[in-house]
Formats: sequence, structure tokens, C-alpha cells
Amino acid sequence: MARQASPARVLTTTIAAWVVGFLIFFPILWMVLTSFKTELEAFSTPPSFLFFHWTTENYATVQGRSDYVHHAINSIVIAGGSTLIAMLIAIPAAWSMAFAPSPRTRDILLWMLSTKMMPPVGVLVPIYLIYRNFGLLDSRVGLVAVLCLGNLPIVVWMLFTYFKEIPKDILEAARMDGATIGKELVYVLTPMAVPGIASTLLLNFILAWNEAFWTLNLSTSQAAPLTVFIASYSSPEGLFWAKLSAASTLAIAPILVLGWFSQRQLVRGLTFGAVK
Amino acid sequence: MKHLVRALGGAAFLSVAVSGAASLMAACPAFAETTLTIATVNNGDMIRMQGLTSDFTAKNPDIAVKWVTLEENVLRQRVTTDIATKGGQFDVLTIGTYEVPIWAKQNWLIPLDNLGANYDVSDLLPKIRDAVSVGGKLYAAPFYGESSMMMYRTDLFQKAGLTMPERPTWDFVIDAAKKLTDKSAEVYGICLRGKAGWGENMAFLTAMANSFGARWFDEKWQPQFNSPEWKKTLTTYVDLMKEAGPPGASSNGFNENLALFNAGKCAMWIDATVAASFVTNPRDSRVADKVGFALAPNTGLGKNANWLWAWNLAIPSGSKKVEAAEKFIAWATGKDYTALVAAREGWANVPPGTRTSLYQNPDYLKAAPFAKLTLASIDSADPNHPTVKPVPYVGVQYAAIPEFQGLGTTVGQDFSAALSGAMTVDAALAAAQSSTEREMKRAGYPK
Repeated sequence: MARQASPARVLTTTIAAWVVGFLIFFPILWMVLTSFKTELEAFSTPPSFLFFHWTTENYATVQGRSDYVHHAINSIVIAGGSTLIAMLIAIPAAWSMAFAPSPRTRDILLWMLSTKMMPPVGVLVPIYLIYRNFGLLDSRVGLVAVLCLGNLPIVVWMLFTYFKEIPKDILEAARMDGATIGKELVYVLTPMAVPGIASTLLLNFILAWNEAFWTLNLSTSQAAPLTVFIASYSSPEGLFWAKLSAASTLAIAPILVLGWFSQRQLVRGLTFGAVK
Repeated sequence: MKHLVRALGGAAFLSVAVSGAASLMAACPAFAETTLTIATVNNGDMIRMQGLTSDFTAKNPDIAVKWVTLEENVLRQRVTTDIATKGGQFDVLTIGTYEVPIWAKQNWLIPLDNLGANYDVSDLLPKIRDAVSVGGKLYAAPFYGESSMMMYRTDLFQKAGLTMPERPTWDFVIDAAKKLTDKSAEVYGICLRGKAGWGENMAFLTAMANSFGARWFDEKWQPQFNSPEWKKTLTTYVDLMKEAGPPGASSNGFNENLALFNAGKCAMWIDATVAASFVTNPRDSRVADKVGFALAPNTGLGKNANWLWAWNLAIPSGSKKVEAAEKFIAWATGKDYTALVAAREGWANVPPGTRTSLYQNPDYLKAAPFAKLTLASIDSADPNHPTVKPVPYVGVQYAAIPEFQGLGTTVGQDFSAALSGAMTVDAALAAAQSSTEREMKRAGYPK
């Protein structure tokens, strides 16, 4: 029988959870507040929390200077495209590794992960030259490809971990009933792993959305996503915090909304298989 | 589930198709024959230029302009990758005086021989023109130039009974800084850069070292951090900042010091001349009407502790739109652009530090009370003879060799550690000497 928690304990835990939640959320809150300050107030010490002269001029400046919609569309296409293609490649790959492993499967998985340990700048010049020769610089296709390949090891690993939680017997039963590999994958495995697939999809989308190294280096204007939009508001000479905060708030707004609506799936996916 | 897989596949295909179509469309702009892609840094003058682009496109309807604005260090990495691989992504680059001689010698830049009959090259300030020329040829056109100078609080000086000379010595500055410090009121005698980086604390400290008779290398490229001049420079800097500087100074760069000065917490600040317009702008500064200017300090050895820098427009050799790029550069750095900015945004917003004629213009001199000192600071910096003793390199606050960025940042970390107290001055100098010797030997410099 489950132990009943005392009201004091529940209260303490609740307060602790709210404090931790607030601490995690605080940088985002501070960024949003800064975006409504003047540059002078954004830099002032001691900083003012709520009692300052609220202004939307930073948003007006950012809108006047940059084409937010163009960058946002690029971010959606690049993050969405790379995520979907990565999923199409990773689901069969993770299935084969989870349910039809070869003696070298573990080595392959570790090798895939090891590619993430190399700093991306190490391969910048070769990739830049390949992209230049194929005309892929400053193209969405090029960015979709590089982000898809860059995130693929993590996607395969995550899906592999979720698939391992699914009992083999169920798939074997499907096979006994005459299901082909394709049918087994589509009608049996995928529906059972929907929470895992959804959370992988969302996390991969967020990773691709936030990716700054490749997007900054391989795009100039036509394919430039929101990471480039934000980078244009930083400066070593001049006050820029308020404008940078406004640009950052605009840049994270779509992903924040997406995360809010899909939080149930995300949490379910992340805790999938945690309790048996 | 079949639908889910189809939807995923369809969406992926659509995404690639849309992005491919968009890339194709990008390659064929419909409204202009030539589209220039211009890489630039994020600062007030550059952003103003972007806002005035319509004047250029109205005069050149066959040319369209696309801007790529990035933070200085990101831009440097981005354009270096592109130019070294001849990627051809940019038609006009914004580069500093550090890059111009190095890149010109690599044949990465196209000499600017055709800026038009009206482009008065002889009007460019001689020191700035020298800094962007190699072998007598102009490889970049200066958009704005700067040096560094002393900015100080006239009210605090008056209250303390002090008068800032136009050419202060370090002894005067040290003494004044101590007298003006009132830590209980959070007013500090002097604010100086402490954040590590070749363009951060090392820009200031190299210029300061020049005024103390120190140098990075001797004529045979031997590092000189073990010299008594460097020891005096770093000891003076660390002691002064400990006694009269703000807390946490080892994290302060230009922006942090600007914020401190604007908030009234610094009695003196030695930094870029461009800061003069920020600290005197009542919108951003609480002390706008209480700021005086003087040259950067010296020790009587003939060199002031000021640097020389310019942001310049150049054409990479990978560009296929050289003619249009030359037209743009001639527009952006010509005299007509100065007049355009003055007419639209006022004389105080004109890009400074590039043309002699600007400093002879009474309207500009009236609008910018710091103009004469800016010019005097630029004139007193000599990139070809930056130090008291002879050196084999060009550059005031840097040595124009490709290795300097890495060296400057490593040494900057040592000196920042000395300021924070994590290292002693002697240990920081020994570490700087050892790392610089090693890197220079590896690069094959010492003769």
C-alpha cells in the first residue's frame, strides 16, 4: 500500500518544485522583460525587475531592420525538413538495431555517437568546399541535409532506446500472423512507440531550431534562419541588450508555443519505460 | 499509421521541394541584374548605412543589395572561411585594418583601382589610408575610423580641484584616479578593459605598453614579455585597477565600461573614440553634459596609449560582381554619402575618422565637440612605427600577422588572470613569454 504523504510534505515539495521551475524559467523571463526596456535600463545596475519604463520600441526597431518572417519561415522549413527526413531514416535503422541486431550493432551505435564528439568546426572547411562545389551554400536544401545528418545519431539512439523497451514477443506474434517487415514496422511497432517517436521528433526539432554553428556558417541571406537573425543583434561596441532580447524573444516564440502544446507528449515520451 | 508514414514522407518531400525552389528563385532575382551580398558588423554607422541603401539603389537601379549583419567575431570567422575557400558568398566585406594587409598579401582582396573620378582618395586621412594600403595600392576603402582617447567626468574633476591636461601623463592619471575613487558611492577613478581577447584587453594593453616603451617582438621576432617595459606596464595596470577600478574589472569590455560610465560610475575611461558619441548622447547617458575629452596618456617617451582602427569595405577575389561592388564602395565611402547622412540624420551621425574634409567642416565640428581630439588621436597613432623601439610588424594595438589573433587571446587570458588575482604579474608575463615563444617558433618566425 502506498505511503500517504503528509500535507506539510506535499506543501514543501510543491513549493520546491515551483522554485526550481521558476529558476529554470527565469532566464527566459528576464530576456522577455529586457526586451521591453530601453538600452540604458537594460544595462543599469541594480537591474529593475518590473518597475521600469515599458517600451515596445525594440520590437519596432527589430521589425524595421530585419525580415523576421523570412527568417522564421527558413527556420520552420529547415528544422521541420531535417527532422522529418531524420525520422524516416532513423525509424527503420533503430528497428533493425533493436530487433535484428548483428554482432557489430553495438559498435555501430557507439561509432554513430562518437561522430557527435567531434567539434563541428573540425569539418567546417571540407563541408564548406563540398557545399561550394555543389552549389549548396546559402540553400535550404543544404541546411536541411547538414542538420539531418548532424542530428541523426541522436535520433537513432533515442529511438533505439524506446524500441528496446517493446517486448520482442509482440513483434514475433505479428510475424506469426504473417506480417511482413514493413507491416510490422508500420502497424505494430510504430503505434506502440508513438510517445517515444513524438518526443524524439520534438527534441530533434528543437535541436535543429537552435542549431547555430552550421546555420551561421553555411547561410548568408536567402536561407538564413532565426539563429542568423539573432546573431545580427550582438555587438562588441554599443549597447544592444534590449534589441537582442527582443530579437531572441521573437525567435523563441514559435518553439515555445510548440513546446507548450506538446508538453504532455514530450513528458510522456521522456518518461516512457522509466517505470516498469 | 499508414497515413502517418505517408504524411511524414510527404512533408519531408515538400520541405525539400520548397527549399529547392526557394534556392532556385534566390539564384535568379527578377528585379535587378546584379545582386550584391554585403557582409557587415552590427554597429550604429553600419546599420545607418543599411537604412540609406535606397539612395544607392535609386542611383543604380540595376543593382540590388542584400545585407548580412553579424557580430564582429562571428563575421570574422564567417568571411575568413568564405574567402579562404573562395566560396564567393559575399561581394563586399566589412573588414578591419588588421585583416587588410594580411589578406591583400594572400591575394584574397581585389585592389580598389576603379572607385571613379569623383572618389577623392587624397582626402582620406593619411594614417587610415596607410593602414588599408599595401604596396601603395588601396585594398579596402575606410568606412569609419577610430582611435582611443581619454573620456572623463568634468564635474568630478572640478569637485576634486583637478584639471585634465590635453596630453595627460600616466602619473597624472594614476594620481587623479586614486583621488577620484569613492568606493562607498560606487564611483571609481578609472575604468579600463579587462576582458580577455586580442580585440578586448589586449587592444588596450598593447597600446598602453607602446606608451611605456614596450613592444611585442624585437626586430628578430623574439617575444619581449620578459622586458622591464612590459613588467612596468602590467604592474601599473594591475595596481591602478585594484586601487581605483570597478569590481570585477577582469570581465569588463567596451560595453560593460560604457554602461558603467553612462551610469556615472567611472571618473575616467580610456577607450575607442567612437564611445564619445555614446557618452554624450542624453538618451543613453546620465552624464551626457559632464564629459570632457583628452588624448590617451603617455610617459613622455613619444607614444600615447592610443590605437588605430578602421572598419573598411573590401571586395573578395571570389566575387563575380566586382564592377557593382566597386560602385557600392565608392557610394558608401565617398563624400556624397557623408552629405547624405548629414542631411537625413544630422552631422553628429556622420561616420567619423576617414576623411580630412570632414574635420574642416564647421557644421561637423559644431555638432561633434570631440571631433578635434578624435582627429588628434588618429594622427598620433602610427601603425608603421607603433613603438618606441623598432619592430618588424605593422599595427598599433596588434601585429598584423595571421598568428596574432590566437597569440593575443592567449596572452589576454594571462593578463586578465593577473587582473583578477588568479596569477601574479610575474607569472602572467612568464606565461605570455613562454606561449608566444612556442607559437612563434612553430610558425617559423624567429630569425
